[in-house]
Amino acid sequence: MSILVNEKSKVIVQGITGREGMVRTQLMKDYGTQVVAGVTPGKGGGEVHDVPVYDTVEEAWEKAGPIDASVIFVPASLVRNAALEAMDAGVKLLVIVPDRVPIYDVLEISRIAQDKGACFVGPNTLGLVSPGKAVLGMIGGRAERAKEWFSAGDIGVSSRSGGMTSAISYYLTEAGFGQSTIVHVGGDAVVGLSHPEVMELFEQDDETQIVVMFGEIGTTQEERVADLIQKKKFTKPLIAFIGGKAAKSGTRFSHAGAIVEGSRGSYESKVERLTKVGVHLADSVSDIPKIAKKLKGAKGG
Amino acid sequence: MARLFEYQSKKILKNMGIRVPEGGLAFTPEEARQIAFKIGKPVVLKIQVWLTGRAGKGGIRFAESAGEADAVAREMFGMKVGNFVVDKILVEEKLRIKTECFVGLVIDDAKKTPLLIFSSVGGTGIEEIAREHPDKVFQIPIDVLTGLRDYEVRNLLRRAGLSGKILVQLSAVLAKLYRVARRYDARSAEINPLVITESDLVYAADCHIAVDDYAVYRHPELDIEVAREFDRPPTRLEKIAYQVEENDHRGTFYFLQMTEDIPPEKKYIGFHGAGGGGSMMSMDAVLDKGFKLANYCDTSGNPSASKVYRAAKIILSQPNINGYFASGSGVASQEQYHSARGMVKAFHEENLEIPAVIRLGGNFEEKAIEILGTYLKDIQATVEGYGRDDTPESCAKRLEELIEKSKSVHEVKPVVFPDVPEDRYFFETLTGRIFIDHQKCPDCKTKGCVEACSPGILKIEEGKSVLEVSLVEAKKGKCTECLACEIYCKFHEQDAIFIHLPIPGLKDYRKRLIKS
Ligand code: SF4
Ligand code: SF4
Repeated sequence: MSILVNEKSKVIVQGITGREGMVRTQLMKDYGTQVVAGVTPGKGGGEVHDVPVYDTVEEAWEKAGPIDASVIFVPASLVRNAALEAMDAGVKLLVIVPDRVPIYDVLEISRIAQDKGACFVGPNTLGLVSPGKAVLGMIGGRAERAKEWFSAGDIGVSSRSGGMTSAISYYLTEAGFGQSTIVHVGGDAVVGLSHPEVMELFEQDDETQIVVMFGEIGTTQEERVADLIQKKKFTKPLIAFIGGKAAKSGTRFSHAGAIVEGSRGSYESKVERLTKVGVHLADSVSDIPKIAKKLKGAKGG
Repeated sequence: MARLFEYQSKKILKNMGIRVPEGGLAFTPEEARQIAFKIGKPVVLKIQVWLTGRAGKGGIRFAESAGEADAVAREMFGMKVGNFVVDKILVEEKLRIKTECFVGLVIDDAKKTPLLIFSSVGGTGIEEIAREHPDKVFQIPIDVLTGLRDYEVRNLLRRAGLSGKILVQLSAVLAKLYRVARRYDARSAEINPLVITESDLVYAADCHIAVDDYAVYRHPELDIEVAREFDRPPTRLEKIAYQVEENDHRGTFYFLQMTEDIPPEKKYIGFHGAGGGGSMMSMDAVLDKGFKLANYCDTSGNPSASKVYRAAKIILSQPNINGYFASGSGVASQEQYHSARGMVKAFHEENLEIPAVIRLGGNFEEKAIEILGTYLKDIQATVEGYGRDDTPESCAKRLEELIEKSKSVHEVKPVVFPDVPEDRYFFETLTGRIFIDHQKCPDCKTKGCVEACSPGILKIEEGKSVLEVSLVEAKKGKCTECLACEIYCKFHEQDAIFIHLPIPGLKDYRKRLIKS
């Protein structure tokens, strides 16, 4: 198994006729994702890489549904409407790729998702991939790369940085460890599925044996993962790598999420909380496969 | 977050119907005197900076008369507090305070809702209040679909021990504060202290609002210069960089100066990261080697070559750096040769003299490293490219060795562009202009610019390279500013192409820098 997406998931792309939409549709298709339709208002009737384009999500659902997931590539200022449209049509999983989505728009999407029983990854995400099955978003950039960098296996990966998501997975693959699903939760202060929610999904997934998490300073995501472990709601071995050791309190780096607010959210707070509940802290990316190896050895292969 | 000054925040509150003290903004002691005179009562003078704890730093003072206000203002203007030099003072009537409360609006990343926080004790920072009087701090999450209802606020205030007329007055303020936050896309909005005067009137005595960077475009009326969070006013170079970001939304470009005066002592490097997480990891690696960062910079999210070029030019506007370090996550999804070409153009124009280590791991890294190797081998400086199998630590170590060997210090040069005659063939791109010297094309054997252009917008007509698509299409983005044609023609053919990518303000900036 895997979480959120697999080879059977039927996927649409909103904003399929834009620059990113087109290129990444190619990536998804070449990788094996079932992209069944695209949506761009006004471009209905066309085709992008053999994928039929419709004017509305509702129409896409009628012609090609039921739809499991929508990957959104529209400009940031149109994201809220695109997301609401998809959820209204019945889509339960959204991947919101664009950066710079206003925070109140994200709060609104989140509130409506609650009502509709939907969830979303992002915004400001590269997306996710279940190696060998399907990719949603633009992770890997091109299908050949995604096939080379990610391999199927039993390690779940969740990361707040896009680049680090690929980096961690690549180094795992190099060391001979495959991944069940790799999720870039997004770099913003408020995201749909954050680390703790992804951990809960990995907990439910039989295939996932170990999880790797890349955290960053700012927000309370990593602290909340520690809470989950304490409450025994997440019980699998977890390897964590936290970026931003050198960041001074008050200095902000490009991720909107990386703001040090009080003691909560600081590098020290995260490392301390996670260590206390028995998480394996890695000091560098190259440590991650080493720790994974040890954990596997301990379990007898 | 784009922070607003106290006086700006108060103007917004006042427009929403929240009572603020009478007053005005002064830029000179004379203005401070006039405002105090108009108020005709004892006043308070408050420096306008983005710092907390101003009172302890001498940034809040009182005056009994207009004359005294003038004298006090004289002492305050020009004062250095934190990274600010005082240039604005808010002069307001002094309130007769009975009690002070706190009200704040923040966004809770866990619940994914705005959160209204109220404390019947105010004055100091909310963290301290929460630590020392946890029983006095009350909060409610707000449903963004329904907003904040009056009765919710009244319940909150009643729990906080308030009642009667004050409860009603306060509840109006709290409800309005949420409306302010929503209308202006505030990531945070706080009134502290929220004062109850001796005559039982509620005043916002101090207020701080920080607007969501990503929503600044919805609020041109706020006149936000740089929509980024700073604990000081942005530097001139940062403003120049911000303009670049505003004019080109392909990918992200973030630039922050750690210091404006760098001693030439072999410790400072220009830092060019890619991606928040990868940048942080790379930064940790260089700091571990004992280097100091002159700046922090991040170009990521599939930036155009032109954006990377501009970032490199801006980084190289910092004198006395000893090395250039570029490194991201190591496994980037974006095509890395764009970044490589941006750096090739910038390093050539700058005639780079300090060593550079460029870690470009990711999609097409082989091609990217080859571009760096081929086109930068003849410049003064050593430039080395690395890929995903080289760790940031080993790259930082390599930079250390190169700096040790080279001992050079970066000198900022004037911005000069080649002279182009008025009748030269050119077309516009999204953010610049491409000039082609048609007198040189006849000597060209390969006409390779056509092939180098991957969007395929160039063609040969009568032996010369010209645009294949319309001028409008090229300008609207058909030309991706990938820089491939210029680099090809420069190194393999006649050096006929010049891509002009202006950076507004940089020329003057460097001129002033060189003079001083
Ligand atoms: S490569 Fe240069 S010289 Fe040759 S045709 Fe193109 S622009 Fe002209
Ligand atoms: S003309 Fe073609 S090769 Fe030259 S910068 Fe534009 S897109 Fe690139």
